[in-house]
Amino acid sequence: MSVTTATAPLAAPVRRPRSLRAERRWALYGSYVALGFFVIFFLIPPFHMFMTSLKTSAEISSESGNPWLVAHPTLSNYIELILAPNFQTFFWNSTKITVCVVVITMVISVLAAFSLARMKFWGSQTLATGVFLTYLVPESLLFIPMFQIIGALGLTNNAWAMVLLYPTLSVPFCTWIMIGYFASIPKELDEAALIDGASWFQMLTQIFIPVAMPGIIAATIFAFTVSWGTFLYPMAYLFSSNQMVLTVGIVSDLIRADVFQWGKIMAGSLMAAAPPVIIYAFLMDYYIAGLTAGATKG
Amino acid sequence: MADGSIAAAPSMPGVASYAPPGGLHRLMRRRSTIAFLMALPLIAIIVLLVVYPTLYAIYLSMLNKRMTKFVGLGNFVFLLGRPTFQAVIFQSVLFAVSAVVLKAGIGFALAHFMHNIPSRRQRILRGLLLIPWVVPLAMSTLGWWWLFDPSYSAFNWVLNAFGAPSVPWLGQTWWARFSVILVNVWYGAPFFMIMYLAALKSVPEQLYEAAAIDGASAIQKLFFITLPMMRNIISITVLFSLIVTFANFDIVRILTNGGPQDSTHLFSTYAFQVGIQSGDIPLGASVSLFMLPILAVFAFFILRGVNRRTKEQMG
Repeated sequence: MSVTTATAPLAAPVRRPRSLRAERRWALYGSYVALGFFVIFFLIPPFHMFMTSLKTSAEISSESGNPWLVAHPTLSNYIELILAPNFQTFFWNSTKITVCVVVITMVISVLAAFSLARMKFWGSQTLATGVFLTYLVPESLLFIPMFQIIGALGLTNNAWAMVLLYPTLSVPFCTWIMIGYFASIPKELDEAALIDGASWFQMLTQIFIPVAMPGIIAATIFAFTVSWGTFLYPMAYLFSSNQMVLTVGIVSDLIRADVFQWGKIMAGSLMAAAPPVIIYAFLMDYYIAGLTAGATKG
Repeated sequence: MADGSIAAAPSMPGVASYAPPGGLHRLMRRRSTIAFLMALPLIAIIVLLVVYPTLYAIYLSMLNKRMTKFVGLGNFVFLLGRPTFQAVIFQSVLFAVSAVVLKAGIGFALAHFMHNIPSRRQRILRGLLLIPWVVPLAMSTLGWWWLFDPSYSAFNWVLNAFGAPSVPWLGQTWWARFSVILVNVWYGAPFFMIMYLAALKSVPEQLYEAAAIDGASAIQKLFFITLPMMRNIISITVLFSLIVTFANFDIVRILTNGGPQDSTHLFSTYAFQVGIQSGDIPLGASVSLFMLPILAVFAFFILRGVNRRTKEQMG
């Protein structure tokens, strides 16, 4: 520090009037201001949704007063929705589909990742590349032929069809990040296990899964988020309200009426958004690890 | 433990790779059989639910509307000649390119701001800034839809309070285009921030110290250290986001459903309207297949970037 203060005035007295420390401090304040601005921008929609969800329909349509604030907060929108059989069905459908998809995804991708990362077989390298390419295939490319396939299987308008379809979205990425986690486990561990006479299955369940637990949690969160929030497939294949999941149910069922019940729509959206947000709040580090794993782990 | 691993390390790879044909050969064969069986469910998903539907889509796209006659490339020719579809191509490119550029720019700036502040404060801010990415997109888009409502828009209320006229957020072509891009930027910028922050943290601090000693300015540090060091991750993220943004469905479907006058349709929403709602499956399949070559090119470059990155990390 003393070196900088001594040389700076000599070397460039006009160009650098501020000391390095003052410059750093301004950069810090500037960063806080910019970050604060974006926090506000990013939280405007959820905030406004929450405010609207606390209003009665009368207060929403009165057009007097500040739309950003609520004058007479009420929980009636939430209570009515929780008691509505339709909404309960949506929630139950979303839950059962998500649980099945997460279990299926994790079983398939952990087995496959273990085999691709450690055991190798003819073509396993190509398959690993194929997994990554499959991850890049978006659902909007496949939903039209899938419509025909689902129809041919007799699963049109059946919530269980989603259990068949969602793994196409979750399995490739989960396998990909599990390959990364498994590959980072030192080879000495499996050699020690092999010497002790462990089978491949024991090696997987007793060494790889416990050691790669952070990766497994990250992949589980990803599978959960994907199957909870997917919109296109249920939108295209489910059209009666006893088969719908939350995302589609709220969009089509609460809006079907002529009068939009905005308070209820917002309350329903927030309740549908709650499970992923709660999981994220508790497991943020795993969530972020999973997010960055796709590109930073090879 | 230490003794065991030292003793084991030289012998085990030897057994595995230089096994004489015979008993061990059988073991190898069994091992690869087990491995193949473990990967079989994954292969089944890829082949039956991704590769087969893609090929089936190509087949479907060459049929006529009632799927009774083979028309070759007729659907594609028909689409390209249609002004509505030309607008879809234009809007998809505009949407994807401008949204990705903005997301990458904002994400890059946010990552830098975040990198400037002490790490104990980063946690809470990072937690708040990532919320748009965590909320299911269909749900948050409903919130935006309500913010853009023609008569109750809370944005217009603010504008009116300052004496400005109301904005037809979803009612006019260019405002509607702006709005769908805005929502996409809001949703995707946090992802870029997280990726770039992780990349920034991996740039060695010594490089900046060396540059500071040489008298480099902040802009020189950005162009000669940060950007070259992050080049690979930047290109992977941008290409990946281009794919996801091109294929986006939720935002346009909920906000505008393609309107006004089909000016905000993307490939996916237009394919949905043509294929599912109007029941012309072959035409819908051809619309979504227009994405395939674009995606293939991006995927090629992403794969190259990821492979290069893996090599860098290993070497």
